[in-house]
Amino acid sequence: MPPISSLLFLVLAGLALGSAGIVAFSRNIIHSALALLGTFLGVAGMYVTLSADFLGATQVLVYVGGTLTLILFAVMLTARIEDMKVSNPSQGLGPGIGLVAVVLLLLGKVATTTAWAINVRPTNPSTAKLGHAFLSSYLLPFEVGSVVLLAAMVGAVVLARRAVKREWEKE
Amino acid sequence: MEIGLVHYLSVAAVLFGLGLLTVMTRKNSVGILLGVELILNAAALNFIAFEHFVANDVAGQVFTVFIIVLAAAEAAIALAIVLTVYRNYRSIMADRLTTLRN
Repeated sequence: MPPISSLLFLVLAGLALGSAGIVAFSRNIIHSALALLGTFLGVAGMYVTLSADFLGATQVLVYVGGTLTLILFAVMLTARIEDMKVSNPSQGLGPGIGLVAVVLLLLGKVATTTAWAINVRPTNPSTAKLGHAFLSSYLLPFEVGSVVLLAAMVGAVVLARRAVKREWEKE
Repeated sequence: MEIGLVHYLSVAAVLFGLGLLTVMTRKNSVGILLGVELILNAAALNFIAFEHFVANDVAGQVFTVFIIVLAAAEAAIALAIVLTVYRNYRSIMADRLTTLRN
């Protein structure tokens, strides 16, 4: 009987990678988008097992609550329901898989042969430390990040709105 | 079996590979965007794994927060562009957007 933490890791990794497989290979864009939910949840669980509890919660809130909903809206607004079955076609799977296999071999070799300076610590909550870091050493990047978000939202609205001209603007 | 750094790195690598495959082979623009999200998640998972197993500060988590923030901004902008493309071309298949080819 393996320890519970190993089992948990295997379950989370299976959830994340299985869903990622559906994202990569499903022919229906709705299935792909919904499978992304499993990947996000699996990765969020792995964050918690790596003592990044705040990030696990943020991952669920921002990705599942925000990004995924946005993607589903875009799918509904741009695809016709009758050709939904083959709404996500692929092209060039053979060369793609070959290239990805080469990349994976390279990454695997680097990950297994490098002598990482392993310095394991017990799994502890780290939200307080993260908050202190954001309000002291990382204050400027934090504020710049909020400005980036604001600019992105304004840009998205400008791009997506219909250009309706009122009577007095046409002259 | 003790779960170590290499296990998390392998999961992130496979996640990255699937994301790369999605970006390379999909024709639907929203499908390509899903691949980009997979790649960003793989990178963030690597940051957190290295922060837990190698470094002993919170810099890895700070980077991941910024990855999540920029991914949200990127998704909003990209989907606005997709909507605009659909309004102009009646399609979001990437192989039909060939106006600039000739």
